[in-house]
Formats: sequence, C-alpha cells, structure tokens
Amino acid sequence: MFNMTKNVVANLFAKSSTRLYPFAVRGHFEGFRGTLHINIDECIFCRTCMIKCPSQCIAVDNKAGTWTCEAMSCVYCGVCVDVCPTGCLSMSKEHRPVATEKQTMAYQGVPKKKKKEAAE
Amino acid sequence: MLETIPLSLDQVAAVAKECFDDGWRQVTMSAVDCGEAGFEILYHYDKDLVMKHYRLSIPKETVVPSISPVYFCALLIENEIRDQFGICFSDIVLDFGGALYLEAEVRAMPFCKVSVAEKQS
Amino acid sequence: MARTILPFGPQHPVLPEPLHLKLTIEDETVVEALPTLGYVHRGLEKLCEVRDFNQMIQIVERVCGICSCLHALCYCEGVEQIMGVEVPRRAKYLRTIWGELHRVHSHLLWLGLFADAFGFESLFMQFWRVRERIMDIMEATCGNRVVVSVNVIGGVRRDLTPEQCAWIEQEVAIAEKEIRQLTSTILNDYTVKKRCCGKGVLTKDQAYQLGAVGPMLRGSGWAQDARQTGYAAFGELGFEPIVEFDGDCYARSAVRFRETLQSLDLVRLAIARMPAGETATNVGGAGDDDTPQVIGGKRGDIMQAYNRDKSHRVVAAPPPNLDIPAGAIAAKVKGKPQGEAVTRVEQPRGELMYYLKADGSKHMDRVRIRTPTFANIPPLLAMLPGCELADVPVIVLSIDPCISCTER
Ligand code: SF4
Ligand code: SF4
Repeated sequence: MFNMTKNVVANLFAKSSTRLYPFAVRGHFEGFRGTLHINIDECIFCRTCMIKCPSQCIAVDNKAGTWTCEAMSCVYCGVCVDVCPTGCLSMSKEHRPVATEKQTMAYQGVPKKKKKEAAE
Repeated sequence: MLETIPLSLDQVAAVAKECFDDGWRQVTMSAVDCGEAGFEILYHYDKDLVMKHYRLSIPKETVVPSISPVYFCALLIENEIRDQFGICFSDIVLDFGGALYLEAEVRAMPFCKVSVAEKQS
Repeated sequence: MARTILPFGPQHPVLPEPLHLKLTIEDETVVEALPTLGYVHRGLEKLCEVRDFNQMIQIVERVCGICSCLHALCYCEGVEQIMGVEVPRRAKYLRTIWGELHRVHSHLLWLGLFADAFGFESLFMQFWRVRERIMDIMEATCGNRVVVSVNVIGGVRRDLTPEQCAWIEQEVAIAEKEIRQLTSTILNDYTVKKRCCGKGVLTKDQAYQLGAVGPMLRGSGWAQDARQTGYAAFGELGFEPIVEFDGDCYARSAVRFRETLQSLDLVRLAIARMPAGETATNVGGAGDDDTPQVIGGKRGDIMQAYNRDKSHRVVAAPPPNLDIPAGAIAAKVKGKPQGEAVTRVEQPRGELMYYLKADGSKHMDRVRIRTPTFANIPPLLAMLPGCELADVPVIVLSIDPCISCTER
C-alpha cells in the first residue's frame, strides 16, 4: 500500500515517459543506414555493387549506362557503399518515405567509353 | 581442420548408446550431399564443452538406423534430414514421414543437388 | 476418459511466431503434445549455393530477427577458422560488446513478452522501454537497429570512438538501474510466482539427455554456456555462467533476468579492457586470385588519407591524429575457404552451432545451422504432458521460442 502511494505520487509529478509524437520526433543517429543514394556522374558502371549486393537488388547496365536499384528489396546492409571503387554510393540517415507501391530507383548516366572509342 | 571419427552403418545405434551412457549430450546431426559419393551424416556430441564428431558416409538410398530411441531429441533432426535430403531413418520415435516442413505430396528433396525424385520407404 | 485434441497455434496471442502444437487433453490436463513446423521455413541454408561466402553473412544474419549479430559472428568465426585468419583483438572485443548488447535486448524483449503472456501489460511496456535504450545504442554504433551487419570475415566493419564508449557506458548504467527497479516485480510478485513456480519442470537429467541448451539447461542446474569456450573475447573476460536449480518456468526467467544484468556488466568490462588497434584484418586464403575485394570501409576522403597500394589494400595503419569516423577501416578478403569447421556461440536462447563445409569455390558447400530453439523443442514436448491447459502458453513461452530460427 505504502509502495503504491509512493508510485502514484511519483507518477503524477514525473515527466511523460513517452514522446508527444507529432511535436517531438525522434530522429536518427549519425551513421544510421537510412536511404541509399548514388551520385551517378561519378559512377563508372563497373558492376561491383551489383555483384556484391547480398539481396541482388541492383542492376547495372554498362552499355546503356543505367543504374537501377529495387528500393523495396534493399536490406540496407551498406555492402555496396563499402565496395564501390569510386565512392559514388552513400547512405543518408533518413528513412525512405512510406510508399504504396514498389519503387525502383533508376538513374541514367553517361557510360564510360572504351579506350578504343575514346581515342577515335 | 575438423577431426572426425569414421562410423559405419551398423555401429550407429551402438555408438549412440555408448555416448549416451558415457554422458555425452547430443548437439546435432548434419547431413551433407556429396554428389556422386552419396551423403555424409555427421553426429556431433558434446561433453563439458568438448565436442566430438562422428562421420558416417552412405551411398544414396540407404536406410539409416535412427538414434532417436536413445536420444529422444534426435527425432526432430532426423525428420528434418528426411525432409531435406530424403535420407530415410528406420524406427524414428515420431516419424513425420517427410512432412515436417514439406507438404505430403512434395517429392523432390530440396537440399539435394540432384533431386531424388522417387520416394524411399 | 474422453480425450480432446486441441490445436494450439500457429496463431495464438502469446506466440509472436507460428508454432503449431497438437495438444491431446483429458479434461484440463495435457497428455500429449505433437509439434508441427514449416510455417516459416525459408530455406536459408540452401541459399549458400547461389550466394557467395561473403554475401552469406547478410543471409545468416536474417536467420533470426533478434540475435542477428551472433549468427554472423558464428559464421564469420567458422570461415575464419577455415581460412586460418586471426582477428585483431580490438575486433574481438567489439564483437563481444555488440553480441552482449544483443543478448540484453533479446532477454528484455523476452521478459516483456513473458509478462504479457500472463496478462501483465504494464510490465511488458516497462521492459520494452528499457530495451529501447539498447536499441538506440545499436542504431548509433552499428547503423541498424536489429540486423546490425557489422561482422565481416576478418573483423568488424565499424569502430567505437571514445565518446561513443563513454556514452554506451552511461546508457548501460541507466538501463541497469531501470532493470533493477523491475526486479521485485518480475521475481517477487505474487501473481508471477503463482503462474511460474513449479510449472513446466524439467529435471536436471532430463534437460541434459533431451539436449536442452541455454537458459533451459542452466535453469535446470547445469553450468554450461558456450561462452565458456572463449570465442570472441570471452576467454579474456573471465566468465561464469548463471545457474538456477529448480528447472521450472520461474528458474528460467530468473536465469534470463540475471543474465541481462550480467551482460550489461560484460559490456562495461569489455569496453574498459578494449585494446586499441585495427578492427579488421586482411584475409588471404588458399587459392589466391587477383580480384581485389574490399569490404568494410568507406571510400572517399578518409581513405585518401590512408596509405594504399593499387588494390585498395591498407598497407599502413591510419595516422593516429586523423579523425576517423566509425566504419573507416577496410579489410580485404582474398582467396576462397576450403575445409570444414564447427563453431559454437551462445545466443540469448542457447547454444548456436554452425557446421560449415567449403570446397574452395566461392560458394560454401554446406552451411548447417543448428539454432537453440530447434534443440529446445524436444524438452518442451517432454514438459507439456501433465500440465494444465492454462499453463501451456506460459510453458511454451518459457523456452523463448524463435520459430523462424528453428526452421531457417
Ligand atoms: S560499384 Fe560504384 S562505380 Fe561501380 S557500378 Fe556500382 S555504383 Fe557504379
Ligand atoms: S545496401 Fe545492401 S541490399 Fe541495399 S543495395 Fe546496397 S548492397 Fe544491396
């Protein structure tokens, strides 16, 4: 009984133990793997990310110069970011917004010319 | 490298009994598909954090004596191996008949590299 | 007397995951229990044939949603054993820290669910509130909340800065205080005792012979814990397993409760003793090939500061005054594993065993995963006969079932 009264009084005067959500948003920590981004201009279409991705959600076409990622299949492991030789992939700490349909991230870049073609 | 003790088919039950009486705990059994050479089943036992492994090599279509009468806990493992590799065990305490995970009408053994199509008894 | 067969599950309020039990009951007493599995079988072991051995790390992490780090740890230790790699000491300590944090959050999750199973909803909320602190640590240090993806072959992908270590210590201290406040509720409460004491008794001999693992085994009086084998940094931390002797639901929850506190101590101890140094090592195995594989690093300006040869290999440690963010250290995996290994780690639910067979190609030949719940189901079948129907949910939950693990 005594314990309970103590608790009741303490709870009456304590701060709310939950966040008042729409006014206080939690946010994410630095370094959280939230969304995958690509800087397509730096991509050399080497296909390393496509080969290393454990969920195989990246498709790179080195002839057409396209880079696509099935956003809904990505598991946010960050392996592609680690293996990319040019460092054009990165992860930001915000979540991808809720979607009603499956999304594909598609980018069109300039495919690297073969040495022979470049010389011409 | 893994130290294993070779085991032959007729010793399986006797060795299990011996381990049981000696106070070994059964950790698990692992089945491996070795292609043409058939299957390998490894029996892992543990006592005071030391493990020992027995390796049983069998050709395909062999019926292996079950150790579940000795180690009751082997029944799930043996049923699982039956489901995944189609290796049959005789006298499992509780035989699901290849339907622990799979539906009864599935005949292809999912974990074999070459699927065993026909059902063994 | 007439017997009734009662289906228990796969959908049941106390079960977070689908386990189906066919209970034969006489009046209110269970006389037989038969399990049916297969609702969440995903065939992850089979995936080793199409994913290479580095990608398997992310796959095995998804065997279990709660203790992902320990699955990856067990797998990586196995591959390292095959390839003869010695992991840097700092990486071992980091693995220990993250592994123990996983144990803490898993046990808190379970304690909450357990409280919920006998209708104690506010206790459930309290435990999960403490758990949120641990999840925050995970998110801030690993990058993900649950499936943390920090282990790689040869080490870990992220490092802890001194500020992060201090912050973890602080959070862990608060979490410990909050957990201790809940001690009297979970361990001394009249209702809780009434529902748990003497229910689902597993005797000492039974537990051993039926192959029980983890808190099931220790709740029945066996001082056996895979952490005693000294994987990761446990060999250097001086570890004593927690044992209870009654073998009932109460003993098992007491083991888990005390282990939570012990794990928090281990986290602090590991942080205090963590040596400086590299967090990942280069892996060169049998059958070298020339494709450089760089894993676990962030390119860009940080890497520019490293001395690197052409193939992205770190040839010298980064200068000490460089401000290195977490996750900046690269390791290189070269070569393919060939051989066999068996590794064990202690998961929150018990001992986890991996049998790995590699044939020298980039795919593993066989990845056999024996999860703790798989080993704990036969003891469950032995505990159920003779108990009251109303106790079945509590007893089933007391093994901490993780069915996705079981079926993989
Ligand atoms: S690894 Fe990087 S450079 Fe290569 S294709 Fe992928 S994004 Fe482009
Ligand atoms: S984060 Fe992981 S799953 Fe997602 S695209 Fe990159 S490698 Fe694939």
